[in-house]
Amino acid sequence: MTGLLSSSNFQWVLTSAVLLGMAAGMVGTMANLRKQGLMSDAISHAALPGVILAFLISGEKQLPVLITGAAISGLIAAFFIQSIKRTTRIKEDAAMGIILSVFFGGGIMLLSIANRVGGGSQSGLDRFIFGQAASMVRMDAYIMGALAVVVMLLIFVSFKEWKVVLFDPRHAKMMGIPVRLYSSLYTLLLVLVIVIGIQAVGVILMAAMLIIPAISSRYWTHSLFTVFVLSAVFGGVSGGIGTLISSSGSNLPTGPFIVVTSSLIFLLSLFFGTKKGLLFRGEKLHANRRYLKQGGDHK
Amino acid sequence: MSYAGWILLTGALVGISCGLTGVLLILRKMAMMADAISHTVLLGIVAAYLVSSSLDGGSMLIGAMLAGLLTAWLVQWFESSGINTDAAIGVVFTTLFSIGVILISTSVGNVHLDVNHALMGEISFIPWNVIELPLIGPVPSATLLLLIVTIIVALVILLFFKEWKITTFDPALAASLGFPVLLMHYVFMTLVSVTTVAAFDAVGAIMVVAMLITPAASANLWTDRLSHMFLLSALFGVASSSMGYVVAIWLNTSISGSMAFSTGLIFLISYFFAPKHGQIAKRVYKTNEI
Repeated sequence: MTGLLSSSNFQWVLTSAVLLGMAAGMVGTMANLRKQGLMSDAISHAALPGVILAFLISGEKQLPVLITGAAISGLIAAFFIQSIKRTTRIKEDAAMGIILSVFFGGGIMLLSIANRVGGGSQSGLDRFIFGQAASMVRMDAYIMGALAVVVMLLIFVSFKEWKVVLFDPRHAKMMGIPVRLYSSLYTLLLVLVIVIGIQAVGVILMAAMLIIPAISSRYWTHSLFTVFVLSAVFGGVSGGIGTLISSSGSNLPTGPFIVVTSSLIFLLSLFFGTKKGLLFRGEKLHANRRYLKQGGDHK
Repeated sequence: MSYAGWILLTGALVGISCGLTGVLLILRKMAMMADAISHTVLLGIVAAYLVSSSLDGGSMLIGAMLAGLLTAWLVQWFESSGINTDAAIGVVFTTLFSIGVILISTSVGNVHLDVNHALMGEISFIPWNVIELPLIGPVPSATLLLLIVTIIVALVILLFFKEWKITTFDPALAASLGFPVLLMHYVFMTLVSVTTVAAFDAVGAIMVVAMLITPAASANLWTDRLSHMFLLSALFGVASSSMGYVVAIWLNTSISGSMAFSTGLIFLISYFFAPKHGQIAKRVYKTNEI
């Protein structure tokens, strides 16, 4: 373990996993406010065929190429979901289910073709399903960390605008904020954070990195800014701890450990959160009852 | 029966059982719940394996049922504590699924259970794993399980057709008339988990989602009658599984992936050509009205 920690390659991987967790926590907060948590699930599953297709076309496992493929198929999926929802009577959740499973099915078809064409050495592609942070090379970690920082900066720089756009798009429009631009930017950030995360976390569990820290932080505060900061902290901590655990053994997938870590944080928040936690709420209920029993008058 | 025959039959049974259950999922706006349950069933199977240390159909079904009910219950609990549905589903299934994956990759290890199998299914191995039945002879055990589940699903839907109809379309009215709406909800969740686990072996978790949602959504574009929707959805399920098999053999690729992809092709056709709710029909209506 100490040997692992002192290896500079691993330090980079760990740093980028923390940065990724932070970025995912922040974007997840936006997704959660728009009630689009499962959209990220659909997009991350739908990224799989893009990854494999990019590999089949380019013939090499270069991360930037694979990420571009993932982003393109993720964006196409998001577009399809929106158009099914808009033009038919099928509801959004069913539309997500259709796109998610059909794209993933296509991805699995391509994956087994890629495994055959590329010979037995393509096990590297399988790791996109569950994530294997430990197998990342230093270049991958650089790219992942840098992009995560870009995502966070984009949110911080125009935080005020995001706030209005997320809570009251109509008011934002009146104030002259280009709401459509921000909506597209949001989709772009969502897709970006998903595609940089899938190598470490895998397409199946990427959604958890966005959803869980975001809802955990809601139990501690009512201020939007603090929610963003806390989600980033929770996401970063889960990313770090999950990566540490999965790298400590051989062949332990990273994604599940990150998710379980962040679920533990969620459970803690659910019970002990100081603003909406169950204990706090129970205490408040109790105080109210006591107050009513005393006849309701202040003394 | 021949090797291909058994695979086609198994695929058809997956199509029918998922197609029937899927209709209710779509109409009750619970499509993503199916996604959640299809993932958490994995934990149920692993837990059943750890308890009974065997992988027979019975213990798997019970484990899956419990996992499905646990999922439904947890999601409802989180919802009532103020988390929106989306996020509640997202938290529950990713967590339970992760626990399942971790259990497999650490303790159960190489013992017949592996994650890829659970996700993608291994329909091509099904015909080899047979049990002897009196009178009929050797039958693949997964196919037999699917047959039983398909019959149960069809019976439960047929026997309570009126109840399903009213609790699905107007739960408030159903409750005021004294129908057990909540009980029906949990019965339905059980039905989804049982269907999922039976189809699991054949097509894997993710493909179950395709089979549950897509044929039913396609059928929803073709008809406004509930009974017709059930029939069409089952038909589309069978058609996409057979089509998927043929394509998979032709391209020499994953059978379950190709079956899931085929449901998408049928949806694409329905999206454009379905009468009344298809895109082309809609255009025609519009111009006629003007």
